[in-house]
Amino acid sequence: MKTIICMITIGLLLLLPAGICFSQQGGQPQAKGLDEQVQEIKSDVLAIAAELDQLEEKLLFPSHTQCALFISLAPAETFRLDAVDISLDERPVAAHIYSFKELEALQKGGVQRIFTGNISSGEHRLQVLFRGQGESGSQVERRQDFMVSKGIGPAFYELVLSQQGLTLKDR
Amino acid sequence: MDRIVIILIAVLFIAAPARAAATAAPEKLEDLYLGEVLYYAFQEDWFEAIARLDGELAQYHHLDEPQLDTLYPHIGLAEFAVGDFELAYRMHQRAGRAINAVINGNVSDPVRNEALYRLARIYFQKSQPVNAQQALDRIRGEVPQRLQADLAFLRAQVAMVNGRFDVAVELLNRLQNEKGLQGFAGYNLGIALLGTGNEQAAWQQLDQTGQLQSSERLALAMRDKTNLVLGEKLLAEGNRAVAKDVLDRVRLTGPFSDRALLSSGWADAGQEHFEAALIPWSILAKRDVTDSAVQEALLAVPYAYGKLGVYSRAALLYGHALEVFSTEIDRLSASISSIRNGYFLDALTRPELQQDADWLVRLRALPEAPETFYLVDLMASNDFQEGLRNYLDLHQLRLRLDSWTTDLAAFEQLIDTRRRYYEPLLPAIDARFRQLDSLMRVRLDQRLQIEKRLQSLLVAPRPELLMTAAERTNKDRLNQLTRQLKEAAQPLPAAMLERINRLQGVLDWTIQTDFDQRLTATYTRLETLNNDVAALQQQYAAFVRVRQAATQSYQGYQQTILSQRNRIVAARERVDKLLARQGHQLEEQAVKELQQRLARLEEFRIKARFAMADSYDRAALEQGQEGAGQ
Repeated sequence: MKTIICMITIGLLLLLPAGICFSQQGGQPQAKGLDEQVQEIKSDVLAIAAELDQLEEKLLFPSHTQCALFISLAPAETFRLDAVDISLDERPVAAHIYSFKELEALQKGGVQRIFTGNISSGEHRLQVLFRGQGESGSQVERRQDFMVSKGIGPAFYELVLSQQGLTLKDR
Repeated sequence: MDRIVIILIAVLFIAAPARAAATAAPEKLEDLYLGEVLYYAFQEDWFEAIARLDGELAQYHHLDEPQLDTLYPHIGLAEFAVGDFELAYRMHQRAGRAINAVINGNVSDPVRNEALYRLARIYFQKSQPVNAQQALDRIRGEVPQRLQADLAFLRAQVAMVNGRFDVAVELLNRLQNEKGLQGFAGYNLGIALLGTGNEQAAWQQLDQTGQLQSSERLALAMRDKTNLVLGEKLLAEGNRAVAKDVLDRVRLTGPFSDRALLSSGWADAGQEHFEAALIPWSILAKRDVTDSAVQEALLAVPYAYGKLGVYSRAALLYGHALEVFSTEIDRLSASISSIRNGYFLDALTRPELQQDADWLVRLRALPEAPETFYLVDLMASNDFQEGLRNYLDLHQLRLRLDSWTTDLAAFEQLIDTRRRYYEPLLPAIDARFRQLDSLMRVRLDQRLQIEKRLQSLLVAPRPELLMTAAERTNKDRLNQLTRQLKEAAQPLPAAMLERINRLQGVLDWTIQTDFDQRLTATYTRLETLNNDVAALQQQYAAFVRVRQAATQSYQGYQQTILSQRNRIVAARERVDKLLARQGHQLEEQAVKELQQRLARLEEFRIKARFAMADSYDRAALEQGQEGAGQ
């Protein structure tokens, strides 16, 4: 019977997640207390982060001048995006080189906010250049200019990239 | 390098790895900010994902008409994702609350059941199997297809922990052909059968799992594990021949091969087959010396040679073992000092290591860092992994808090600059604005009067009101002439009177006949004026907004910044305390592990020393006997 109990313990140690193993090693009360405190401080810091985000937005990007640019990949797009450069009214405002994780996140449907800034109401020239690699290993480089019209409220633009080119959506 | 790969597999396999979140992007994304949240979540940057999603949801829940918000079509996904991400960030308490909110909300069966499954997993992970069972019992109706096998496996695991082995057997029997659970289901079924007391069926099941055919790495590792457990059990029962066969099924490159080789050698040695025992032990003795099985093999090989009567070889090998043990004891002592001096924790938090899949290998290469190969088993254990993740999370929190402190200082500087720029400018601007404002109000009033007058002309036409300035002057002049002539002492010449009357008539005729045209023209001009007024009002509103923004750009932040700074300072203090406690706990675990290995090696060294002396004596005796014989 002792052997059986030993076997079960081994089996459970192998297959069960953290909590079970903890309780079998005698360090439970202290470890649990610490874990709970870590969870609490995470919660507190998240609350600070949320308030700081609001403060930052209010202070740096007031709604009447705010302009945000987002990057997404067209659905089922397989080309490897390497880098994006963006200029607004001939002034470079954003440049990004993509890591594997970032590219994967875009391919899964994530959207990257590549730029947040302030622009005045009226017409603005947006220039986008992106580089990457096609499935066959060929270099992909696309450049396109857009005219965007900023109203009195905040402006959100989504740049949808695909191997064929890019599309601008006023959101 | 093989050893490194094996260790890494072992770490991945034995430790409960952080479960990836299940939230997927919607087919048609309406809300860009939710897309941004997913962008971070897909990179497993849980803090950023949760912080952003919390912000989005808070904003959404404060809206008067949430149905007009772009998050509205995705609100179910967003509510679910919070719990999912919190779970991945190991915030089980909050995740539990968030998932409960979804369960109690108005959601479809598949969504509720998925939430219940996750809640059950949380309870199970937090050693609350009874609560886990209760959550599982609430699952009713349709379950998403992709979850069905995992759910059944979780039910079986919970049942086993709650001592309901018969239920687990039934569930696991149905999961035997489940591809994703290859090996796991079979092994657990064996353990569950043991729990029901059906030993024979249990050993048969484990034997069957030990012969599993698969190309999956995890399934193969599970097969090895099963064979090792079964082989060691048979060995302990004295069934050495069968044990040997079972142990030899373990792959030579798998994470359990070291222990299997050692036990395989003991199975041979137990049958007095010392030459056969030398085969696995000799293979093992050439492997990485930090492994405890390898260290034991360093003693086992000369032991077998001794049993075979080759004492000189045995003496030499004991000498080699002695040398190796001494070196390793020195390394272990140095490693303990390294941990005590804080190098272990320093090494763990190096950013380059956290980006690297082979971080464990890199860690040992760092100067002053402890020999981490001795810590593989510990590092693979769940409690160490949990502690390590908490430590790394706390470290990240501290970096964030530091960075925010700098941000707040920058904000204050920015506000100060704005104040110094705007404050001298604004009084003059305001004074000029007030002047223009009053002028504008007068003009707008005038325009309103004109509009009213035109409206009344439509009902009661009064052409004289649309006379031109010249016509009005002429009419006044004619009236004046008539008055003068009437008041003159001498009677008027008839021709002159007639002339005046004719001119008066012409004037009236023009005014009367042009009335409609004039009215239309006036309306048209008023329309043009309306456009100008609209542009003016727009400019006015823009100015008011900008003026307001100018004040708002530097006023009203002081209290917020102060309160944020206090919160950051308080949080920083708590993080520091927790970091120290968590770090100390990790260090203690590591030191304890190394001390155990050190004690074992010291014991081995003593054994090797005595055995070497004994072997030399026997070899000398043998040589003496041989010499005497000759």
